[in-house]
Amino acid sequence: MHTTLADFIATTAAGEEASEILRKCVHCGFCNATCPTYRLLGDELDGPRGRIYQIKEMLEGAEPAASVLQHLDRCLGCRACETTCPSGVEYGKLLDTGRELAEQRVQRGRWSQLQRRVLRWMFPFPLRIAPWLRLAMRVRPLLPRVLAAHVPPVLTPPGAWPEARHARRMVALAGCVQSVATPATSAAAARVLDRSGISLVTAPAAGCCGALSHHLAAREEGLDFARRNIDAWIPLLEAGAEAVVASASGCGLHLRDYGRLLASDAAYAEKAARVSAAVRDLTEVVPLPAAGASPQRLRVAVHTPCTLQHGQHLGGRVEALLRATGCELLPVADAGTCCGSAGSYSLLQSELSSQLGDARARALQAGAPDVVVTANVGCQLQLAGRCTAPVRHWIEVLDEATRVL
Amino acid sequence: MDTPSPEQPPAAVADAATLCRELRALLPPGAVLSSPSELAPYECDGLSAYRQRPLAVVIPRCVEEVQAVLRLCSARGVPVVARGAGTGLSGGALPHAAGVLLVMARFDRILSVDPAACTARVQPGVRNLAISEAAAPHGLYYAPDPSSQIACSIGGNVAENAGGVHCLKYGLTVHNVLAAEILLMNGERLTLGGEGPDSPGYDLLALLCGSEGLLGVIVEVTVRLLARPPCARLLLATFDSPVRAGAAVASIIAAGIVPAGLEMMDGLAIRAAEAFAHAGYPTDAAALLLCELDGTEEECTGQLMRVESLLRAGGATELRVAADEAERLRLWSGRKSAFPAVGRLAPDYYCMDGSIPRSRLGDVLERIAVLSSEYGLPVANVFHAGDGNLHPLILYDAGKPGELQRTEELGEKILAFCVEVGGTITGEHGVGVEKLGAMCLQFGAAELERFHAVKEAFDPAGLLNPGKAVPTLARCAEGRRMHVHGGELPFPGIERF
Repeated sequence: MHTTLADFIATTAAGEEASEILRKCVHCGFCNATCPTYRLLGDELDGPRGRIYQIKEMLEGAEPAASVLQHLDRCLGCRACETTCPSGVEYGKLLDTGRELAEQRVQRGRWSQLQRRVLRWMFPFPLRIAPWLRLAMRVRPLLPRVLAAHVPPVLTPPGAWPEARHARRMVALAGCVQSVATPATSAAAARVLDRSGISLVTAPAAGCCGALSHHLAAREEGLDFARRNIDAWIPLLEAGAEAVVASASGCGLHLRDYGRLLASDAAYAEKAARVSAAVRDLTEVVPLPAAGASPQRLRVAVHTPCTLQHGQHLGGRVEALLRATGCELLPVADAGTCCGSAGSYSLLQSELSSQLGDARARALQAGAPDVVVTANVGCQLQLAGRCTAPVRHWIEVLDEATRVL
Repeated sequence: MDTPSPEQPPAAVADAATLCRELRALLPPGAVLSSPSELAPYECDGLSAYRQRPLAVVIPRCVEEVQAVLRLCSARGVPVVARGAGTGLSGGALPHAAGVLLVMARFDRILSVDPAACTARVQPGVRNLAISEAAAPHGLYYAPDPSSQIACSIGGNVAENAGGVHCLKYGLTVHNVLAAEILLMNGERLTLGGEGPDSPGYDLLALLCGSEGLLGVIVEVTVRLLARPPCARLLLATFDSPVRAGAAVASIIAAGIVPAGLEMMDGLAIRAAEAFAHAGYPTDAAALLLCELDGTEEECTGQLMRVESLLRAGGATELRVAADEAERLRLWSGRKSAFPAVGRLAPDYYCMDGSIPRSRLGDVLERIAVLSSEYGLPVANVFHAGDGNLHPLILYDAGKPGELQRTEELGEKILAFCVEVGGTITGEHGVGVEKLGAMCLQFGAAELERFHAVKEAFDPAGLLNPGKAVPTLARCAEGRRMHVHGGELPFPGIERF
């Protein structure tokens, strides 16, 4: 699609990148077919093609109405459209630029600003989340459904974290919400890797990956989180750690982007690129279990997070790992569709998020699974409140299945 | 409410704000869009070279709301353009500057699937592929499969009489639709066709197919479903020249074989599609044919052997049969994404849609190559070879001054050659606004006058998608000095431009 950038952005790096992306878009509309919000709302403005158009208008100098911010806010950022797009349009990058522009040009309502500030203040910090989570769990039955759906009824105890006894080491991203709400994930990952000769270690100084801030258009704040993590991990990588392992696919996707995001920061560009190159999703480092060892033949429905399948292009790996342990994988309809969690989306766009979450829960439970598994803490919490079957991180299931070996 | 009489041309709407206020009173919140920011993304369909912002966009949810909009617009003399998924490639859903764009995307429910009768009743906004997905548990599918089937909706398929890869054997949309419910511009509801094999009276359903939104607004469609053939084999053949591949196609058809699909791509298209789909296409080939044979196991095997020997005799450099269902689907996915995948090669492309007698494939491809180098604009060829339905994609850059005009000129020359060899100016994408000029090449005044008379019979005020699909006589007269009767044109109500 031909674009004539307005003067204010024509010569900037963001402008050039956006222009390159827009050149590839031929306006075919295939993307709308797999866009969760277009399918719910049936409005071109709430599908990728229309969002691209709205962003293009801004880049060409049109003054955006408040509605533009609203339609960009409604985007989950699931990037199913990128998987569908035959022309190779990198929608996610364009969305970042569009959101930043809209944020500058459109005055956000007070309530919306406050919500976003509270989210950014709380969620990246485990110590701030923990007391609220404990309280929320206690009063869960009294909470409105929108909130209750995100609060786990009970916390699975993490179990023991094995001692760092192996020469081969990998660094775990401990994360923020995951460390509090689903602590079993990282510990299970450590045990599984320990059994295959790798010690998973953490860096106490590291924290939130910065994705939350980044997607709420607080770019600098997000970059500060990135710099803090880079400072914490570089020494470990220099000491021989093989990889930075993310067990939450949303965080992992963001870590892979550090190199690009900090490319113009002279002090961090090189280190950021190094960290990004070392990032692995947990599915990439867990070896395929040798033989079917599931104590009982579990019937499993897999929800592959968008950040794993559309963002990191690692769809199918969770299934392969679980199949190797003897689990029976149930077919799931519309498996490319977002569950509506999408980070802070579930709180900021609760109505759309609920509709998507309910639809996903129905699809996942259609085959009456013993357990629903996923690979990202946000999806896990979103689905846990909606499924009658237990919803767990796949590594917990794999941990239990391979423990008896 | 009164409908303006045919003699009255559509009154210009004095006040957009008044119209929007009236529309908002009829529809639920969020169903009327009118600010520039909201209208911009609706200014074009899949053919983004043509853009026009409407006065307002309405997105109704039920038939009663559509009726209310139509009655209001009828009374106010406001043109209405219906739009489905907006994937059309001829500008059929290009908005009218003084009109309302009626978006049917929220009519997305599959009302019923009847496995015994092999039919499905669906709303017009249902995606083509969604029908086959809903029918799949019964072993059935909906045969017409435009390449945009993942996104395009059935209402638009009917309006444009969409084709697709498998139309060679199973027919166009018109052959696979059993009934339709439409609304006339005055809001009146009509049922066309039915589930019986024949219905008395004029076949208005066939007339509706390909009427490009000029006769009525489709609000429900009943389609025929087919049983999935027990066996489908896909053969890939490569050639060192598109002309040779074209000749091979003609030889298959001449042998009396009707493949389920017979598609061709040239080198440029092969490389673009491969970059997206990783289908396993040989990227060094000058042309490839995809030939699908379906039926019982025995039928497939027998036909496969005959086709293989014909292709070999025709000079195929490589022959490959898809080893399994996964490879078959992968090979098709490359073909189906070929148009947009060409977006990787150039900032813009212009998709043509001529059809020609299959025996002339080679000649036409040669002529296209000559024209392409004359104009200095690359042309990628992706098309339904078995039908003789060409899709030359002219690659250009709208950012370069004058390049769009040269592209259109080249396009028109290609179409003129199609007509010259006995073909037509559109195979399946419709005329829209894009091929109005080319329609004058195809038809004389007598035919065009009858077309306008049909339009008048359904929409006397000329408010539904005015100015599309059928050129005015004046336009054609200008183009080729057609005789205009005594300086007076018939149908004075029809917009002139």
